[in-house]
Amino acid sequence: MRLSRSSKVLLRAAVTVGLAFIYVPLIILAVYAFNASRILEWPPSGLTLDWFPKAFESTAPDAFWTSIRAALAATTIALLLGTLASLAVARHRFFGRETISFLVILPIALPGIVTGVALNNTFTQVLGMKLSLFTVIVAHATFCIVVVYNNVIARLRRISSSFEEASADLGASPWQTFRYVTLPNMRSALGAGALLAFGLSFDEIIVTTFTIGAGEETLPIWIFKNLFRAQQRPIVNAVAVIVVLISIIPVYLAHRLTSEEGGVVAGRGGGGRVEGGGVETEATAVP
Amino acid sequence: MRTDDSSLRSVWLVIGGLLAFMLLLAGCGGGGDETSGEELSKIGKGEGQLNLIAWPGYVEEEWIKPFEQKTGCKVNKKEAGTSDEMVQLMRSGEYDGVSASGNATARLVEGGDVDPVNVDLVPNYETVFSDLKDQPYNTFDGKPYGIPHGRGANLLMWNSNDVKPGPRSWNVTMDPKVASKFKGKISQYDDPMSIAEAAVYLKMHEPGLGIEDPYELNDEQFEAAVSLMKEQRPLVGEYWSEAEKQISSYASGDIQIGTTWQYQYFVLKEEGKPVAASPASQGFLPEEGATGWSDTWMISSQAEHPNCMYMWMNWIIEPKINAEVAELFGEAPAQELACNETKNPNFCAEYHAEEPDFWKRVYYWKTPLADCGNGSEDCKDYNDWVQAWTSIKG
Amino acid sequence: MATEAVVERRSAGRRLAGLFHGRPRLQAGTLLAGPVGWLVIGYLGSLAVLLIAAFWSVNPVSGELEKSLSFENFEILWNEPVYRTIVGRTVLIAALVTLTDAILAFPIAFYMAKVASRKTKAALVIAVLVPLWSGYLVKVLSWRNMLSGGGLIDWVLEPFGLSGPGYGNTAVWLVMSYLWLPYMILPIFAGLERIPDSLISASEDLGAKPFTTFRRVILPLTFPAVVAGSIFTFALTLGDYITPRLVSNNQFIGNVVFNNISNNLPLASALALVPIVVMVGYLLVARKLGAFEHI
Repeated sequence: MRLSRSSKVLLRAAVTVGLAFIYVPLIILAVYAFNASRILEWPPSGLTLDWFPKAFESTAPDAFWTSIRAALAATTIALLLGTLASLAVARHRFFGRETISFLVILPIALPGIVTGVALNNTFTQVLGMKLSLFTVIVAHATFCIVVVYNNVIARLRRISSSFEEASADLGASPWQTFRYVTLPNMRSALGAGALLAFGLSFDEIIVTTFTIGAGEETLPIWIFKNLFRAQQRPIVNAVAVIVVLISIIPVYLAHRLTSEEGGVVAGRGGGGRVEGGGVETEATAVP
Repeated sequence: MRTDDSSLRSVWLVIGGLLAFMLLLAGCGGGGDETSGEELSKIGKGEGQLNLIAWPGYVEEEWIKPFEQKTGCKVNKKEAGTSDEMVQLMRSGEYDGVSASGNATARLVEGGDVDPVNVDLVPNYETVFSDLKDQPYNTFDGKPYGIPHGRGANLLMWNSNDVKPGPRSWNVTMDPKVASKFKGKISQYDDPMSIAEAAVYLKMHEPGLGIEDPYELNDEQFEAAVSLMKEQRPLVGEYWSEAEKQISSYASGDIQIGTTWQYQYFVLKEEGKPVAASPASQGFLPEEGATGWSDTWMISSQAEHPNCMYMWMNWIIEPKINAEVAELFGEAPAQELACNETKNPNFCAEYHAEEPDFWKRVYYWKTPLADCGNGSEDCKDYNDWVQAWTSIKG
Repeated sequence: MATEAVVERRSAGRRLAGLFHGRPRLQAGTLLAGPVGWLVIGYLGSLAVLLIAAFWSVNPVSGELEKSLSFENFEILWNEPVYRTIVGRTVLIAALVTLTDAILAFPIAFYMAKVASRKTKAALVIAVLVPLWSGYLVKVLSWRNMLSGGGLIDWVLEPFGLSGPGYGNTAVWLVMSYLWLPYMILPIFAGLERIPDSLISASEDLGAKPFTTFRRVILPLTFPAVVAGSIFTFALTLGDYITPRLVSNNQFIGNVVFNNISNNLPLASALALVPIVVMVGYLLVARKLGAFEHI
C-alpha cells in the first residue's frame, strides 16, 4: 500500500506505543526476577541471581512437565475432534450444519468459571469420577477444539473439493483420499491449530482450578499457589521469565514451518493470495 | 448461502436441546449418599496415600518427608486460600482431611462431610492447650470433630509514621467520623466474616443492641453491623484476601491502617517497615477485643485413607513439628510442648500462645447459624452474611 | 499368513469403503459422532446440569441442595440493586476493553500485514504471540506493582505533577485491555492478510486517497475480523474474577459467582446465566456479521 511519509510515521508511532504497552509489564516482571528483596517495591532495592537456581530446585519443573503433558494430550484430542468436525461441515450438507460452528465456539466464549464449575459438577456429582490430570485434559480439549476447527475449515474451504472428487473417481477409498489428498493440504493448518491449542491449554488457570485432582499441579496452578507467599514470590518471577524464554523456541519454529509451507499451499489453492506473501494467515488466526 | 432463517434455527436447536436436557434432569434429581460413618476405634496399617486440603504453609515438604518415611503414607496436598474453597473441595469427597477454620467447620459437620475424631487415637492431643478443646467451632453434640492445629488473632495494624498516636480502639476503622481521617488508606479483610468485626465494635459501643456473640446476630443487630460496614466502604483503600497482597500494600504506603494477621505484621517488621500493632500495655488488642481464627484438622466422612489421616493428625501436633509449622506460618501453636521447641525462643511470647487471658478477648470465627441457641431460628445464617457482604462491597 | 491378513484387512477396508460410498449422510454422521457427542453430551449436558440448579435452593448450613422448583434466586438477583450494579459494571468494562483493544490492535495489525518487510513481519508475529505464554497471573501481578502508590506509573508521572490511576475500575480496564490485546491483533492481522494487495492497488489506481481506501475498502473487509477478535476480548473480560480481585475493590460477575459456588450453588448458577445469555446474544450478532470465519 502506498502511504504518505507522515502517515507512515504516524503508523510507526502507533505500533511503537502498542508494543511498548505489551512489553513494559513483561520487562518489569523480568526486573523483579532479579530483585533482592522479597517485598515488591519500585525501584528495586538490590539485584540478585539467587532466584533462578531456586526456581530449578523448587517443584516448578515438575509442574512445568505436568502442564506440557496435559497440553499435549488436550491438543491431540482437539486435533482429532476438530478435524472430524471441520471435514463434516466443509464437505457435507446436513441438518444442523450451521450449528456446529456455534457449538465449537461456545466453550471458549463462555466464562471459564462457568465451564469449570459445570465440568467439575459433571465429573464429581454425575459421573462419580475422581478429579485428576485426565479430567483437566478432557476440559482443556473441550475449549481447544475451536482453534483446530477454525484453522482447518478455513483451509478446506480454500482447497477445492474437486481434487478429492478426482481422487474418488480414480477409485481411491475415502481413507486413501483423506490420507493422500486432503491431509497433505491441511498439514500447516493443523500445525497452526495445534500450536494455538497447546498455548491455550498451557496457560489456562480457571477451568484447571475446578477440574484438577488432589496431588496434581500444572504450572499456572503452581504459580497461583506461590504468588501469594512472600517466601516464594521472587521465584515465581524467575519461573515466568524462564517460560517466556522457552516459549520463543516453539513459537518461532512453528511460525517458520507454517509460513514456508502455507505460502505454497495457499498459492496452489488459488486462495487469492499474492505469491510469497510469507506469513501463513491461518497460522495466526487466533484462538 | 447462510440465511437468517437457518442461523436462527440452529440457535433454537441448541436452546431446545439444552432445555430438554434440563427438564430430563430436573425430573430425576438423584439423592445424595451421605455415609456419615462413626469414628475410628483403632489405627490400623497406613493405606499408603493421604490427600489433604490445607491453608498455604500448613503442609510443607519439610514435614511431609519425615512423615512419609515414618508411616509410608504418601502425602498429596491441595492448597486452598479461603474457607469457602475448602468446603467446596471437601464436598468432592476426594480428600481425607482438611485444616478447617471455624467458619468452615459447622458447614462441614452439618453437611456430613466430616466425621468425629476419636481423640484417644491421637496421643499428642493430651497436651493441646485446654482452651482450644471443646470449643463451639470444633465440638458438635459433645463430640470432638477435629484436632486443633494453631490459632491467631486479627490484629489492628498501622503505619507508625502516618498514624500517631497509636490507636486504642477499632474506631479508627469502624467509626466513620474517626476513620474518615484515613480515607482510602484502610485495609479490610475480604470475607463475610468481617461483618463480625463491626459486631465486636458495636458490642461495646452500642450496648442497646444487646450483642452477645458477634457471630449470632438477630435482624436488628445484623442490620446495624452491616450498615456500619457500608459506611466504611467508601473509606476502604483495599479489601485483601491474600496475605501477600496486604503486605505489598503496606510496604508501598497504599495502606496505613486495618485488620491484619500476625503473619503480615511480623513479615513487615522483619523487612524494616514502619508498622505497629497494639502494645503489651493494652493487652496486644484494641479495647473491644478482636476477631480471630483457630484451625482444626478434620477427617472426611468419605476418607479412603483414615489410618493415614489419624497418623497425620497426631504428627502435625508433635511438639517439634507444630513449633515449625507455627513459626513458618506465623500463628500460635496448638501444642503446649511446642513452645519449648521453637527456633525463636520468644516465639510463643510474641504470639501469646500461652496467655489464656489474651485469647479470652478473641472471638474465633465460626459459621453463623439461624439457630443461635435459643431455639427460635431468628439469627442470620451464613448465606445472609454472604449476600450482605456482596452488597456491602457493591 | 501375513499376506492373508493383509488381504483380509484390505478387503475389510474395501467393504467399509463400499458401505460409505454414495452415502454422504452416513459419512457425515460418522465424522460428526465424536465431536458432536463430546460437545453436546459432555459440554452442553454439563451446562444444563449446572443451570438446572439455578431453580433449586440450598440448605444454608449443610449446603445440601433442595431440589424443588423455585424462582427465589432470580428474585434475589432482580430485587437486590447490587447485582444490577455488578452486571452493569462488568458489561461496561468488557465493552470498553473491547473498544480499546480494537483501537490499539488495528495499527499494529495493519503495519504487520501491509507495511512491514517480510522479516519485520515475522518478528512482529512472534513478538505478539510470545506474551500469550508468559503466564496470565504473573502479568497481572506485574501490573499490580506498576499501579501501586509509588510504583512505576507514579514514578514516571511524578515529575509532571501527575499520579497514576491507582487501583479501581480504571486499573481493571487497563489490565484487561493489556491481557487480551494479542487476541485482538491476531485475527485482524489474519483478516488484513486475506485482502489481496491488488485490491488496494486498484482502489489507489482509481484515484482514492489512502484514507478513502482505508475507509471504503480495508475497513469493511476487516470488520468481521475485528468482531471475531472482540468475541475474545469481551468474553474473557466478562468471566475474569482474578484480575478484579488483584487490582480493584470492585466486584464483577465472576467474583460473585465464585464467592457463591461453595455455599450457594443455586444462586451462583442463576448469576452464571447472565454472562451465558449475554455471550450467546453476542455470538449470534457476531455470526451475522460474518465473524466466525475469522476466529
